[in-house]
Amino acid sequence: MKLIFELDKPGRRGFSYGANDVSATNPLPKKYCRLNQAQLPCLSELDVVRHFTNLSRLNFSVDTNFYPLGSCTMKYNPKFTEAIAALEGFTQLHPLLPQLSSKLAQGSLEVLYEFEQLLKEITGMSAFTLQPLAGAHGELTGVMLIAAYHKNRGSRRKYVVVPDSSHGTNPSSAAIAGYQVKVIPTGADGYMDLEQYKKQLDNEVAAVMLTCPDTLGLFNPRIKEIADLAHNVGALMYYDGANLNAMLGKARPGDLGFDLMHINLHKTFGTPHGGGGPGAGPVGVNEKLVEFLPISRVIRKEDAVFALEYNYPKSIGYVAPFYGNFGVILKAYAYILALGKDGLTRVAEVAVLNANYCQSRLKEYYDLAFDKTCMHECVFSASRQVKHGVHALDIAKYLIDQGYHPPTIYFPLIVQEALMIEPTETESKESLDAFIEIMIKIAGLAEENPALVTRAPLNMPVKRLDEVRAARQPDLCWKKS
Amino acid sequence: MSYIPHTQEDISQMLAAIGAKSIDDLFKDIPVALRPKSFNLPAEKSEFEVTQILRKAAAKNATGLVNFVGAGFYDHIIPAAVDALTSRSEFYTAYTPYQPECSQGWLQAIYEYQSIICRLTGLDVSNASLYDGGTALFEAMMMALRHTGRNKIILDSGINLIYRMMLYTYTSNLSIEFVEIPVEHGQSCREELFKCLDDKTAAVIFQNPNFFGAVDDHSDIVEKVHKFGALAIASVYPVSLGMLKTPGEMGFDIATGEGQSLGIPLSFGGPYLGFMAVKNQFVRQMPGRIVGATVDSDGKRGFVLTLQTREQHIRREKATSNICSNEALCALRAAVFVSLLGKEGFQELAQRNYQKAEFTKEALSRISGVEVKRSSPTFNEFTILLPRNADEVVRRMIEEGFACGFPLGRFYKGMDNYLLVAVTEKRTREEIGSFVDSLGAVL
Repeated sequence: MKLIFELDKPGRRGFSYGANDVSATNPLPKKYCRLNQAQLPCLSELDVVRHFTNLSRLNFSVDTNFYPLGSCTMKYNPKFTEAIAALEGFTQLHPLLPQLSSKLAQGSLEVLYEFEQLLKEITGMSAFTLQPLAGAHGELTGVMLIAAYHKNRGSRRKYVVVPDSSHGTNPSSAAIAGYQVKVIPTGADGYMDLEQYKKQLDNEVAAVMLTCPDTLGLFNPRIKEIADLAHNVGALMYYDGANLNAMLGKARPGDLGFDLMHINLHKTFGTPHGGGGPGAGPVGVNEKLVEFLPISRVIRKEDAVFALEYNYPKSIGYVAPFYGNFGVILKAYAYILALGKDGLTRVAEVAVLNANYCQSRLKEYYDLAFDKTCMHECVFSASRQVKHGVHALDIAKYLIDQGYHPPTIYFPLIVQEALMIEPTETESKESLDAFIEIMIKIAGLAEENPALVTRAPLNMPVKRLDEVRAARQPDLCWKKS
Repeated sequence: MSYIPHTQEDISQMLAAIGAKSIDDLFKDIPVALRPKSFNLPAEKSEFEVTQILRKAAAKNATGLVNFVGAGFYDHIIPAAVDALTSRSEFYTAYTPYQPECSQGWLQAIYEYQSIICRLTGLDVSNASLYDGGTALFEAMMMALRHTGRNKIILDSGINLIYRMMLYTYTSNLSIEFVEIPVEHGQSCREELFKCLDDKTAAVIFQNPNFFGAVDDHSDIVEKVHKFGALAIASVYPVSLGMLKTPGEMGFDIATGEGQSLGIPLSFGGPYLGFMAVKNQFVRQMPGRIVGATVDSDGKRGFVLTLQTREQHIRREKATSNICSNEALCALRAAVFVSLLGKEGFQELAQRNYQKAEFTKEALSRISGVEVKRSSPTFNEFTILLPRNADEVVRRMIEEGFACGFPLGRFYKGMDNYLLVAVTEKRTREEIGSFVDSLGAVL
């Protein structure tokens, strides 16, 4: 497709502000004005609408395709939550209005307060900040809370411990907040190597960051022991909430021994991923850490009036300008209210059922990373197919040609040729069966006619793209040729 | 309602295929002692019931006030086509375009967004978005620290106080020396700044227009900053770039900002859009996703996520940033918004803002006791000095139906009588007129 700049026709306009109803005034002195007008494309409204509508049709999405992208929880996003977030009473509200009077934002403050109460009960945490704007932002907030906690106790610890199966954001968040990272290998049983873990733990460890169930889709039955060991050396336990979908009503991070956590609202609570964002990453903490939470916090006064409170002298301060991605929070709040206690528990049950069903039906054809009951996702290795020259990447591309978004590939890093499948609870047995059939077909093709797989995709708007060229000769901004 | 399609029969068949007796069997790895101590949540509700609850909440917000509050976040007109296009679920129910062949729509849209941000800022390269203006400024500062290997940061105190507070929060566990330079007659104080600038300085950071609405030309400062080997960073208001000298024209190395004004609703603080553009030489230090153009095996143009070796999923603790999810859908809103306005429309938008603010200044200056601060030119926001405490005036004006501005005493000691007033293209002459009349009456 042409770029929007290639559709440019000077003189066209796609939007009019109507007549100017104020008289001309003194112009801004030239020295402050831009020298050249910004070279933006000129199009009619229809040009713009057709362009972006046609672009939209080049994407796979949850609404159009099965999207078993492991670790991303690509479940169905209910439509009524979109309508709620679009209510003018919410969209038109300026975030600084509570600075004029808290009376002006009572509805939104109530939503924030009530949402926090629900998250506390779901996770077993004592309090939440809703400010973090994405999961990784929540992690960074969490690590800063950890630093504040240790500083308050007069110690400055050096290390954050993560398993080698962790999301890249864990070590990265720890490093940005000023910590060094210690990595614990995964043992032959698929769990973090406990002996190595014990060796690395000492009073220089500030925290242990874990995903639970982990990125292999496994729940470690010894999780409490791991937490106790960390606590014995004064370290805190951080729960990466990326995989919380499997735990709803089945286990709560607070009960498992975690001190703080983030939740990816866009994974667990059904808000759309938006092509990469916005998400939201509220951070929950237990009593040890409440006093360090970011400001502002929403409080409920005796007369059922809500207010913003800033007077927390030990707070780490501001991690976002306001109260988080409010529009995303609204959708997650509506989702939780709609599902209720039983609905949320059902989410975990069927998410786990669907993943185990895929695992059971495919394990004859693909090597399982670890042959155990999985939680919400299962991780295969394409190592058997690689013997015939078919890699995880090829399998992904063939799936695309068949109308399926591929699983996450090459993650977790500890599994060679990983294929990480997270079907989510909203996919029916029929869609799983169809996906499984294609996966079985690919396994067969890998042995019989691998070239059919390795040359895919053939049916998409583009064939395989030259990523090396993209990186070596970066073309990141359109220039008129 | 839990959006689960399974019938009892489906579940039985699936359990049989797995070889499990019940769904509970699948959770056997969770020790009984670790099961939830409590899970007291409300019962399920219909979407109608939930919608009613939230409609009631929305109605408790005072969104009917005529808004003159800005302070970094602005009440602009959003064309209907922005909502229509970004409501296409082929966009909003997709995820990060890791697999380019089934994500060309998103990748091209982001490439177009990046190109638009470059044109607005006058810089070479933009990333695919960051969370918001504050976190984008933090990321820019981190780039400068890495690039220079130095640890001193000079901040202009015209930067939004919230952003400065965010920088302090994020660096509280790092060893960074901050120096704040005062604002003099509304603009950056050159004399103080040049005293502090030295070869230990990693970056000097400004905001334009600054928090008080004043515009500046920082070209002279940027030149000196570069002589000391430091980077110059600007946080800018994108709508103002339809008119104001760009960061690129002033020589800035990095521009960041809050993109909310580009077609994104105020929505009580988010989701918003952090944008960042840099000179070519800094591209490999950039945080976040970047989309690049390339060709497929037939030589046809296509788009991919590129330069990924900067990112956390590959570099882990050595990544340039920990960011993963960004604000792609908000970036799409910005791209659609700017495309609708086009070259002329975008310039007109900026001029309208400037003109309406100037018109309002004139009218306000005729109220006795009100002093409009004119020591430096402004864009669409300016400060006024009231004859009494602004908080009190704000309360009275709410009763008159106006959110009349941001009381600066909330952020600055000794500014209790100051009000920061923003006037966008959305305010009509009539609204401005009654605003001025009401303020006169209240005073």
